[in-house]
Amino acid sequence: MECGYPVKPSSLVACPECDLLHRQTELAPEGEARCVRCGALLYRCCATNANERALALALAACIVIVVANIFPIVGLEVQGVHTSATLFGAVQSLWDDEVRSVAVLVFVTTIFVPLAELAGLIWVLLVLHLRLRGWGAVPILHFIESVKPWGMVEVFMLGVLVSLVKLAHIATIEPGVALFSFAVLMALLAATAAAFDADAAWEQLEDIR
Amino acid sequence: MSAAPTAARLGLLACAVCRLLSRAPAAGSDAHCPRCGALLHARKPASLARTWAFLIAAMILYVPANSLPIMNTNSLFGTQSDTIISGVAFLWTSGSFMLAALVFFASVMVPLAKMIALAVLAASVQLRTTRHPRTRTRLYRIIEFVGRWSMLDIYVVTILVALVQVSTLASVHAGPGAVAFGAVVVLTMFAAASFDPRLIWDAQGEQT
Repeated sequence: MECGYPVKPSSLVACPECDLLHRQTELAPEGEARCVRCGALLYRCCATNANERALALALAACIVIVVANIFPIVGLEVQGVHTSATLFGAVQSLWDDEVRSVAVLVFVTTIFVPLAELAGLIWVLLVLHLRLRGWGAVPILHFIESVKPWGMVEVFMLGVLVSLVKLAHIATIEPGVALFSFAVLMALLAATAAAFDADAAWEQLEDIR
Repeated sequence: MSAAPTAARLGLLACAVCRLLSRAPAAGSDAHCPRCGALLHARKPASLARTWAFLIAAMILYVPANSLPIMNTNSLFGTQSDTIISGVAFLWTSGSFMLAALVFFASVMVPLAKMIALAVLAASVQLRTTRHPRTRTRLYRIIEFVGRWSMLDIYVVTILVALVQVSTLASVHAGPGAVAFGAVVVLTMFAAASFDPRLIWDAQGEQT
């Protein structure tokens, strides 16, 4: 197994969608570079403390995700009988309902991936922030990159809203703490992803090693 | 138009994970990214074959996903089975037009449009078309972005199953359609991930 040789550090960049080569140039703050041929995003100019901001946002999201998973999402009252469901409880009732593949799908997309992605990201950002040596940051970033499309908190949020409208016809709805937590989590995850500067993280990791 | 300077033509490989460019080693040997250690490929391996495989599987499952009930409701008045379409119809007749349109779009239109678009893209690459590369790339971008929203109905069923139990007036159970529908969403996501948009542009240089 041979190693490729690195081309002169970060002078050239290939478009991820059409493979056209570009020479990197300085960007204005908050600016972004797009491919001249297909228009894909090549790279962004992130603030120098972008990853510190990402760490702060990720830590906040970490607290909210715990709250969102512990408390009930929504409660229901029909003729004095009260039921409520947490996200994990909902996965469990799917599992008991003999649709285990769907239960696993919901568990992975709404609990496992967001949690693992967040934990992994915090670990990597802490390693970078404290300038520790490597410490598994590379495999974790690989893992984050591969599971990223499967975190679907924002879709789940919309699904909850649709089901609330459906239920509103037959019963009294009581929105739970986790419903609001998921809304906040959705915003925090989006902000974290927007702040995270992966290019800088890779370059820093290379220096640390 | 002369052949555009792409990484592949200049013997460079871009890492799929950390995006570092490196010179490809001698042909026939596996190359690893010098920075992050990921396996390097000029193009996603067996891109078209994998895309077609996932796509055809998704198309087959799309039929039971829409014809079998995704939800069964047991109540004092008997059992009612809901397919995706009848769920949309329920929302529409009960006056939630916006939501009905939203669910229809996310659960019926998106998977269908996604499968058609991916088939068109894969076929266009296979036929080495040079027309409208920019539009086709944009189409791919939209597919990748919008596909995840099809999971909507799965989550709706999840919440309804969890909340409407025997203790309330009715009980809701997930039907076989939900399994097929979940599989369609997962398979189309795999299909989109296997497709390499750079293949659209590779035909561009060949015909000069």
